[in-house]
Amino acid sequence: MTAALRVESLRVRLGERLALDGVDLTVGAGEMVGLIGPNGAGKTTLLRAVLGLLPVESGQVLIGGEPVARSRRMIGYVPQRHEFAWDFPVTVAGAVLTGRTRAIGWLRRPRSADREAVDEALARAGLTDLRDRPVGQLSGGQRQRVLVARALASRPAVLLLDEPFTGVDVPTQELLTDLVARPRADGTALLMTTHDLPAAAATCDRLCLLNQRVVAEGPTAELRDPAVWLRAFGVTSSDQLLTVLGVPK
Amino acid sequence: MIEILAEPWQHVFMQRAFTVAMLASVVCAVVGSFVVLRGMAFIGDAVAHAVFPGVAVGYVLGANLAIGGAIAGVVTALTISVVSQNRRLKEDAVIGVFFAFAFGLGIVLISTQGTYTGDLASFLFGQILGLSDGDVITVAVVGAVLIAATLLLRKELVTVSLDRETAAASGLPVFWLDTALYVMVTLAIVISLQAVGNILVLALLITPAAAARMLTERLGVMMLLAAGIGVACAVTGLYVSYYYNLASGGLIVLALTAVFAGCWLAAPRYGLLGRRRQRARPLAAT
Repeated sequence: MTAALRVESLRVRLGERLALDGVDLTVGAGEMVGLIGPNGAGKTTLLRAVLGLLPVESGQVLIGGEPVARSRRMIGYVPQRHEFAWDFPVTVAGAVLTGRTRAIGWLRRPRSADREAVDEALARAGLTDLRDRPVGQLSGGQRQRVLVARALASRPAVLLLDEPFTGVDVPTQELLTDLVARPRADGTALLMTTHDLPAAAATCDRLCLLNQRVVAEGPTAELRDPAVWLRAFGVTSSDQLLTVLGVPK
Repeated sequence: MIEILAEPWQHVFMQRAFTVAMLASVVCAVVGSFVVLRGMAFIGDAVAHAVFPGVAVGYVLGANLAIGGAIAGVVTALTISVVSQNRRLKEDAVIGVFFAFAFGLGIVLISTQGTYTGDLASFLFGQILGLSDGDVITVAVVGAVLIAATLLLRKELVTVSLDRETAAASGLPVFWLDTALYVMVTLAIVISLQAVGNILVLALLITPAAAARMLTERLGVMMLLAAGIGVACAVTGLYVSYYYNLASGGLIVLALTAVFAGCWLAAPRYGLLGRRRQRARPLAAT
């Protein structure tokens, strides 16, 4: 399998604190990897470093074998919902179109290819009927779908999702999983941070337990060693955690 | 009636006043729409005050006041933009520091001149009845450039306004787009100073856009409505000023505020009354 996203010995410092210390991670085309870890483990930092939003102390990020600085357009990003200005006067279609602002280019208007990409992303997200609705009038689950559609509109090779399952109900979680199934089948690599371990275990091909470094990584079914989870989450009495995950004690 | 409307236009100074007031209203409405949507009103305030020392320097040196003001405003906008990158300080604190400094500096500079109070008054409250043809041309040219810039950068400005992180991740130069917007706000303020003065210029920038926001969910419509509201209020203010010999800048702001209050109360969907009506029949909304 080709590595759509490859993170090599990535070390990132936030102020004085070493947030990521030698992180190695690959996500293959069509693969979905869940990034798991306690608060402060560096999950969001890793996403931000991959996006080129944070200075990297050492190591590198490769997208399709190219350094990330040259291949940014191949990344789609679905931020947490509160990052988006939902009170801005823009329609669903208009918001999704901003996913192509860079592709359209300076001083240019959207071309038919851009409109097609937006229509396709709207259709995949089940938002076609809502395309002319102002984003301020959407429900939480619909907003999450707008963010995914915006990312899909740039037809990314790598899709990063930051806590997509937080604060949405179970039907919306299922819809989101269905939503990324198509691009996943088309070869898009997905990397998702989440607190929702059962959802991650159910949807991801592989899990990566992160706590400053990669504590453990592998297909969900293989992460059966309780010690790995205890180390990643820094807990001692972990009955509940392990029960939820179905890890044998 | 037609006579009443036509009479002020017989005077050249009123023709210039109408032209500048309307142009400034349109420019402020278009740029101000972004100011309102991004919650940048305080920056507008800061820049309006920061223009003051530049105007004062221009006055002391006998140079063009608008150019002095533009330079000072842009320098302040850039400084705020750079200093606020330091996340330890909230942007509003940085702005508070700089605009008080700039205004203080301006007062000191003006006080070195003998005719202190008269010039200060014309700067603070506008001098729309004392405009030259050169002033009119400057406002028209700068205004046209600003509107063109806003429309050309609209797609990028919307993208950044919606979500800075994702915009930056996609490779858009977020810092420079912010800076461009600050500079555009500054220039809009400088060309509007003569119409309503330093203290009231914020109303031209914020109030029409805020009123228009109550009426629509589309950015383009919001800009058009804001421009219409601004022009109507500027013209109304000037007529009342002409016939009743009252301060034109203040009248324009009062007219704008009245329209805003009307929108706030009676806007169909988002106004106070509209919201109450919707609450009375909650199922109709969904």
